[in-house]
Amino acid sequence: MGGYSISDLWSIVVMQGFSGLSLFSVLLLMALGLAIIFGQMGVINMAHGEFMTIGAYTIYLFSKVTEQYFPALMPYYFVIAIFAAFGIAFAAGYLVEYLLIRHLYKRPLDTLLATWGLSLIMQQIFRTVFGAREVSATLPDWLMGSWKPTPDIDIPLNGLFVMGISIVVTAAVILFLYRSTWGLRVRATTQNRVMAGSVGINTKKIDRVTFAVGCGIAGIAGATFTTIASTGPTSGSLYIVDTFLVVVFGGAGSVVGTVSSAFSIAQAQSILTFFLTNAMGKVVTLLTIIIILMLRPEGLFTSKVRK
Amino acid sequence: MLRKKSKSPTRDRAGRPEKVSFSPVRKTVANAVAATLLIAFAGSSFGATPPTSQVDTTHLAVTDTEVIVGQLHSSTGTMAISETGAIEAERLAIDQINAMGGVLGRKIKVIQEDGGSDWPTFAEKAKKLLESDHVAAIFGCWTSASRKAVLPVLERDNGLLYYPTFYEGLEQSKNVVYTGQEATQQVFAGLDWVSKTKGSKTYYLIGSDYIWPRTTMKLARKYIETVLHGTVVGEEYAALGSTDFGSTINKIRLKKPDVIYAAVVGGSNVSWFKQLKAAGITGKDHTLLTLSVTEDEANGIGGENLLGFYSAMKYFQSLDTPGNKDFVKKFKAKWGAGAPIGDVTQAGYEGPWLWKAAVEKAGSFDTDKVVKAEESGQISFDAPEGMVYLESNHHLKTRLRIGEWRADGQADIVYTSDYIMPNPFPKGY
Repeated sequence: MGGYSISDLWSIVVMQGFSGLSLFSVLLLMALGLAIIFGQMGVINMAHGEFMTIGAYTIYLFSKVTEQYFPALMPYYFVIAIFAAFGIAFAAGYLVEYLLIRHLYKRPLDTLLATWGLSLIMQQIFRTVFGAREVSATLPDWLMGSWKPTPDIDIPLNGLFVMGISIVVTAAVILFLYRSTWGLRVRATTQNRVMAGSVGINTKKIDRVTFAVGCGIAGIAGATFTTIASTGPTSGSLYIVDTFLVVVFGGAGSVVGTVSSAFSIAQAQSILTFFLTNAMGKVVTLLTIIIILMLRPEGLFTSKVRK
Repeated sequence: MLRKKSKSPTRDRAGRPEKVSFSPVRKTVANAVAATLLIAFAGSSFGATPPTSQVDTTHLAVTDTEVIVGQLHSSTGTMAISETGAIEAERLAIDQINAMGGVLGRKIKVIQEDGGSDWPTFAEKAKKLLESDHVAAIFGCWTSASRKAVLPVLERDNGLLYYPTFYEGLEQSKNVVYTGQEATQQVFAGLDWVSKTKGSKTYYLIGSDYIWPRTTMKLARKYIETVLHGTVVGEEYAALGSTDFGSTINKIRLKKPDVIYAAVVGGSNVSWFKQLKAAGITGKDHTLLTLSVTEDEANGIGGENLLGFYSAMKYFQSLDTPGNKDFVKKFKAKWGAGAPIGDVTQAGYEGPWLWKAAVEKAGSFDTDKVVKAEESGQISFDAPEGMVYLESNHHLKTRLRIGEWRADGQADIVYTSDYIMPNPFPKGY
C-alpha cells in the first residue's frame, strides 16, 4: 500500500473497524427477533422480513404525518415512531399467531410454507396500500451525516444510532428472557412443554406473546434500518437469508450464540470485503460458515434442551 | 371480447359513444358515415378506416373498430417498483392515441399481463398474448433477463415488442424496438462530459452484480483507458440486494478517485446512497455519476442523499420544454401528483406512439410490414424528451442529458449532448 501516509492508513483502519461493528449491530438487530421465535419456539418464520417492513412503513407514516401536522416535532418523531413500530408489529404478530401459527405447532415444517405464503400476502398488502414504488421517510437532521473526531475520520451517525438501538434491544431481550418471570416461563416451556403446562403455566399464552415479542423486535429492526436502507414492499426479503444465517450459525435458542455469531460473521465479511471483492468476501464467509456447521451442526452455542 | 357489441365511432352530443345497438345494415351505414366524417374533418393522417381484410392478413386481433395490444410488465414482485412507471406511461399514451381516433381508425384495447418479476412467467405470458390473444404488438419487459426470456417466443411467433429500458446493448432483433438507450449512448457521452468539465483522471466503478452493470462497466473501462486516457482505480460489484457498503466506501476513500461511476440497482441503491451520505461522501466535495438513478429511484433514496450527484439519462422530469410540461401535467392528472416520471417511464410513453407511426406508415398491422416501416428510417416522434428518430437498427437516435440532483428529488439538467446514433454492437468492445 505504497503512497499512503500513516495517518491515512490509521483513519481507514478506524473507519473499517467501525464499519465492521456497524454491520455487526445490523445483523444482531435483525436476528434477535428471529432468535426468540425460532430459538424458543422452533417456528421457522419466513415472514420475519415482512414484520421488519411493517416497522419501516411505520416510520414512513410517522414522518409524513409529523411533517404535515406537527412540523415542530420533526426532530423527535423518530423515537416515538420506534415504539409505535414495536407496538404495531407486536399486534400483527399476536394476530398471526392466533390465526395461523398455533394450528401448526405440531407440524414445524409446515410453518415454513405457511409463513412463506404469509410473507407473499404481506408484500402484496404493502404494495396495494403504499404503492409498488419505494418510499423514503424524512429523517431528522441529527441522524444524518457523520461525526468527525479528526479531519480524516468520518463516523456515520446512522451507524452509531443502529448500534445504540441494538445494544438497548439486546439488553432488553436478555432481561426479558433471563430476569423476568415471563422469561422464566418461556424458557420452561421451551425445555419441557408438558411439564411446564402441568405446573400451571399457560403455554398457549406464552407462545402467543413470545411470537408477538419476536415480531415486535423485528418491527424495531425494520424501523431502525430506514436510516441505512430502503423502504419498499419487498425490502424485508433482503434480510431474511442473513437473518437465518446468524440464528442458525449462533445456535438456536441462545442469545449469546446469536450475539457472537453476528459478531464473527460481520467482522469476517467486512474485513474480507475490504481486501477481496464484494462477492468474494461473501463467498469466503459463507464457505467458512458451511464448514463450521458441518463440524458443529447445532451451531456455535447449543442450549441444553431435553429432547 | 371481440364479439362484444362493437362501438361505433358515431357519438352523441356530449361526445359519448351512442348506446343504441345497430342492426348490421345500420351499423355499416353508421360506420361509413363516421369514416367519411373522420376523413373530412381529421385529414388523411389517421382518419381513414381501411377495411380489416386490407390491414390484417395474418389473423391478428383486429376488427373494424378495434385493435388489441398486449402489455407485459411486472405489477407484482420485486420489479414492480421499477415497472409501475412504464405501465402507467404506456396506458397514458394509448388513451391519448384513442382520444385522437386510434390507429388506422381502430381504437386500441389493452390486455395487461403480469410477468410477476419472474422470467419464465414473462415467456409464458408472451406466448399467451401472441398465440391465444393474437395481439398486434406488446409493450413490455423491463429487465434484460425478462427481454431475453421473451425474445425466442417473439421470434417464433413473429410478434412485436416495444422495450422501454436503457440496457447493455449487444442485441438487435427484428421483432423488438428498443426505445431506451443502449450502452454506448448512455456511457460514452456521459464519461466525455465528466472528464471535460471536472478534468477527472481517476475513476472508481461500482455496480450491482449482473449483466447490465458488468457489460456497461466493461465498456466504460475501455473508454476511460483508451479514449480518455484515465485510470480505473477500482472496479467492484455488489450482490443484488446487498445492503452493506461500509467496506466498499472505505476502499473508495483509500483510493480517492476523481469520479465514482455507479450502476447499483434496486434496494441496494438506497443503501448505497444513504451510507455514502452518512460516511461524509457528498456532492459537495466528490463527483459521482450514476447510470441507475431516475426520478423513480430518487423518490426511494431521498433527495437529500443525492444532492449534488449526477445522473446520465436521456430524460429528466424537470426538462423545460412546452412538450414536456404538457406531458408531465397529463401524466400527473391521470396518475396522481405524487407520481414521479423517470427516464424509463418516458421511454415507455414513446412505445405506443412509435408503433402507431410505424403501423400508419405501413398501412397495415401485419408484423412484417410494420417491421419494414420501422426499418425505413423515416419513423420519428415528437416525444417529451424532444424529437426521437427510429433508426434502421431498431434503436432510437436520441440525446444524452446530465442531471444534477436537488434535495427535492428532481434534477437540474446541466448538459445536453448532440444527437447520438445508436450503436448496439460497438467495435472493439
